[in-house]
Amino acid sequence: MSQPLTFYTDAELVAALRRGDEEAFRTLFEKYHAGLVRLAMSYVSNRAAAEDVAQETWLGVLNGLDRFEGRSSLKTWIFTILINRAKTRGQRESRSLPFSALGDADSDPDEPAVDPDRFISPPDSTHRGGHWASSPHTFPEAQALTSETGSVIRNSIAALPPTQRQVITLRDVDGFSADEVCNILEISETNQRVLLHRARAKVRRALEKYFAEGKS
Amino acid sequence: MSETLTCQELVEIVTGYLEDALTPEDRARFEAHLSACKNCTAHFDQMRQTIALVGHLSEETIPEESKVELLELFRDWKKKVR
Repeated sequence: MSQPLTFYTDAELVAALRRGDEEAFRTLFEKYHAGLVRLAMSYVSNRAAAEDVAQETWLGVLNGLDRFEGRSSLKTWIFTILINRAKTRGQRESRSLPFSALGDADSDPDEPAVDPDRFISPPDSTHRGGHWASSPHTFPEAQALTSETGSVIRNSIAALPPTQRQVITLRDVDGFSADEVCNILEISETNQRVLLHRARAKVRRALEKYFAEGKS
Repeated sequence: MSETLTCQELVEIVTGYLEDALTPEDRARFEAHLSACKNCTAHFDQMRQTIALVGHLSEETIPEESKVELLELFRDWKKKVR
């Protein structure tokens, strides 16, 4: 057994892979494979296709090791390869999908984070309104994620427009920084933040609904 | 934005606040509102809890089948490059 991944730098990992060190590859895929599949899911229609794309990505990583220059982190480089493969696969799929399944689902300009009905409308010109009409409640604290809560979250993320889904997955699940996400997805800082906010707001809404139903 | 924030305005800049992307003035308004508003504090907690809960999805494990396939992929690659 070789040492765990935390003891490897990116350069050490790349060198180990070039030597054909299987343990280095195992450590690497155990760390990123699930995240790659998760991200691929926002480009392709099903889990099997996402798994395929992730495996193609690993092959691309191995074949491209000589091209890795360390300008970005190894993690960012791997996820960028995934996105290129997933886009190609998604485009191939979309040609065989009915036209109605296409369209830019991210172009919803003024989507509020919280349903406007939750707020009191301005009663008269002297008040600005915008206060809560019904109080939000902090969610029950849980140490671990129950499988039911996990499903609520997964389903609400799956229902997001693709770019929102990509941003929340990269930021809040896979722990990428805002800068890394802007690089990987080739979006602006502001756009990244707006997409993240909308995505989180929708997942929050789904959780609020779920916890409120549980209480009643 | 005017002098003070309404609750409805605050909920739109929670991510901006958490990302440290607000101007110092907006940041101060945000914090002043939050310290005086129980409902927005609860909403803010919900957003932070949401982020933490979403983070748990990273604990998903890789199916055994995928691990076997990936190791095969690695061994095939190794054979080819050597």
